[in-house]
Amino acid sequence: MLMASGGAPIAGVPTTSLLRLDGISKSYGSLVANDKIDIDIRPGQIHAVLGENGAGKSTLMKMIFGVIQPDAGAIYWKGRQTEIASPARARALGIGMVFQHFSLFETITVAENISFTVPGDKRELSRRIREASEAFGLAVEPDALVYKLSVGERQRVELVRCLLQEPSLLILDEPTSVLTPQAVETLFVTLRMLSDKGIAILYISHKLEEIRALCHSATILRHGQVTGHVDPREETSRSLAKMMIGRDIPRSAHAEARPDANVALRVNGLSTWQRDAHAVNLKGVCLEVRRGEILGIAGVSGNGQQALSRYLSGEETLPATRKGEIEILGAAVGHLGAADRRRQGLSFIPEERLGRGAAPGLSLNDNMLLTGHRLGMVARGFIRKRVRDEHAERCIREMDVRCGGSKSNASSLSGGNLQKFIVGREMMLRPKVMVVAQPTWGIDVGAAAMVRQKLVDLRDEGVSILVISEELEELFEISDRMAVMFEGRMSLPVHTRATTPERIGQMMVGLFDAQEEMTTEAAQ
Amino acid sequence: MSFLGYTVLPRTQTSALALLAVPLVTIVLSIVTMVIMFSLLGADPGVVLYSFFIEPLASSYNLGELLIKASPLILIAQGLAIGFRARVWNIGAEGQLIIGAICASLLPIFWPDSQSAWMLPGMILIGALAGMAWAGIAAYLKASFNASEIIVTLMLTEIAKQVLYYLLTGPLRDPSGYNFPQSVMFPDAGLYPTFGGDGVRANLSVLITLVVTVGCWIFVTRSFAAFRLMVGGVASDAARYAGFSQRRAIWMSLLIGGAAAGLAGVGEIAGPIGKLQPILSPGYGYAAIIVAFLGGLHPVGIFFAGLFMALVYVGGDIALVSAGVPASAPVVFQGLLLIFYLASYFFVRHEVRRVPQATGLRGAA
Repeated sequence: MLMASGGAPIAGVPTTSLLRLDGISKSYGSLVANDKIDIDIRPGQIHAVLGENGAGKSTLMKMIFGVIQPDAGAIYWKGRQTEIASPARARALGIGMVFQHFSLFETITVAENISFTVPGDKRELSRRIREASEAFGLAVEPDALVYKLSVGERQRVELVRCLLQEPSLLILDEPTSVLTPQAVETLFVTLRMLSDKGIAILYISHKLEEIRALCHSATILRHGQVTGHVDPREETSRSLAKMMIGRDIPRSAHAEARPDANVALRVNGLSTWQRDAHAVNLKGVCLEVRRGEILGIAGVSGNGQQALSRYLSGEETLPATRKGEIEILGAAVGHLGAADRRRQGLSFIPEERLGRGAAPGLSLNDNMLLTGHRLGMVARGFIRKRVRDEHAERCIREMDVRCGGSKSNASSLSGGNLQKFIVGREMMLRPKVMVVAQPTWGIDVGAAAMVRQKLVDLRDEGVSILVISEELEELFEISDRMAVMFEGRMSLPVHTRATTPERIGQMMVGLFDAQEEMTTEAAQ
Repeated sequence: MSFLGYTVLPRTQTSALALLAVPLVTIVLSIVTMVIMFSLLGADPGVVLYSFFIEPLASSYNLGELLIKASPLILIAQGLAIGFRARVWNIGAEGQLIIGAICASLLPIFWPDSQSAWMLPGMILIGALAGMAWAGIAAYLKASFNASEIIVTLMLTEIAKQVLYYLLTGPLRDPSGYNFPQSVMFPDAGLYPTFGGDGVRANLSVLITLVVTVGCWIFVTRSFAAFRLMVGGVASDAARYAGFSQRRAIWMSLLIGGAAAGLAGVGEIAGPIGKLQPILSPGYGYAAIIVAFLGGLHPVGIFFAGLFMALVYVGGDIALVSAGVPASAPVVFQGLLLIFYLASYFFVRHEVRRVPQATGLRGAA
């Protein structure tokens, strides 16, 4: 741990440093995003940067990739002090980065996308893409149109694009957040291969198990400071998490649900026909959520989850002739808008917090009013500011939202704190049915644990909860039954306690029709 | 995008101070540019400044003129601003003003000898409703067919003008008016009472503007309806999430804007003009758009921005005589205001930075 920050030497890896950060600091106003960070990476090393959201991981990566400049400290590249003035400069030095959100144009081919950053004529480029994809086990077809590719394939395109520039250092930002368990394994094989060829990898993640399985060394950040340089292979998930959040994770142990037979939310063969070529249409989706249970919807993102949540929330509505395709507490609500469905007892927490679940630029008070206005905050068309502010303050207090008070701008909150505020607000509405999309997406471990616990508490009070999530671990932790979405279709639900991540992983690539047939046969 | 080693980047943060500075910077730059332009045309800068900004405030007659010009500008801008906050772009207040004026004028034209105390209230009501109806056409087309309200309201203005010309050369023409395209003079019962002394034309429509301003201020700061409209403007996805109806926002925005413009139309025909004629407004409906933005879309800001814009109108008329500036001076100044407003606002959202040292790979995304 006291070694020159990097963990134990790795066999066959040169001990000379590739990238060394020396006392890098960056502040935004009074907020110290990075405080005297030291990191040392050698060629071929897979180095994890681990930290909660808001710990300063992104700031650090942006400085290494030249997007922003440090206020203090020095960056040494191959032993020489270097100023990385721009991403172009970073690329010229040999630093490649794959962002969490891909930067590909969807309507053109893979090769055309890559040609923006890699010079050379298209035939030559296609040949090089094929070569690289074979060499690194990254199946990529240069002539494929990007919009037809799955998320995993798009990530491979981004990787190939980086690799064609022959980097010595590759930065990956939360690369597995969009992958199935099987695809994660494939990615790891590739990354280990790159490491063997001497390419160093900076791996940003908050998934402890992955880091333990993949990385040679890890730097842990908390509140902008380094709290440890460790060899993750010698640590437990628990000890890593403790360094990351500074205390033990509040482990939620959930009792089994005791749902009664009443179905509170029912979807009967919901189909959509959007003409947009990029939209995933729902194909005869059926599901039931009973009182007092959590139904989890697993699946790789982009398989119709967004459409499902929009139709459930009422942001999209059905024609009155098809209103029966969605029922809340036995009433057909498919034709009702979001406000009317809330009146029927529905609450919804969307995956986009800023811009959808909360309005940026408005105070938390105003954001409380957004959906909380039914709680006596409006009288004769006028806003009762005192009632509104009291609710906002209570929500902040009860959910432990870290902010500068109820007058703070929603944009000034971290993702985790804003999510706690939104969850608290929707709970205050005392819903009968709650639909939650990506409840803990991109938020810190502490906030995530709290949000999950609140959902389970709500379940125990008899609320029906539908959770749509990309994080399998999360669904296994909180849901009582699980179903999987693939290309707009919904599998039959399975009992969480009677299935395994591997089984769900197979269903996530569409292998569930056979299973359905089996169940039907068994039933006959 | 870079030029001579400089590039324009979006700002990560915008300060409240910068937003406040926008109208001030806009006004200062516009005045400086105007003085330079008119000096080049041979006018004495001192005289131009004096006649534009001092003389309108120097006599009770001029003050009265200032008020009756500020009144429609403020009135229309208050209505438009409510829609603009919801990002519903009613550009056709001029047409709504004309239709409001036409419909309201029917009462005095058909009962030219009436002395009924109900005449003026009737005109006010009819004018506001007619303005609403005209804007309602755009609302219907937008809500049902997603037709751009910008284009529809703009084109409806042209139609309104043609309707006015037709009526004045036909059905509503004064039969004993030597074929001039204008209506009969309205009876006193169809005119706003004036105040402020002999010869001063300021009238009680100013009071209506004040009441509407206070009403808008209360509506914007306290009502839940205005909150819904505002959320629809700043975060349409959040409004959709909360279930605030977009259709309702469209209807409400356009109807309020139309009503305000219709009222302003009544203020013209029942005020200084006193009859229906081909020219009812020197472009108040368009100038009010600038007033609304210059006032930061806030009722109090709009009040002062409207007074300033009226100053430009009155001052322009005075400078025409005293400093020999062209008749188009007020319009030129409005153009300057608009351009400098857009430019200053751009720099609230963006900053100019030096491009980092050239690396030969610039532009690679």
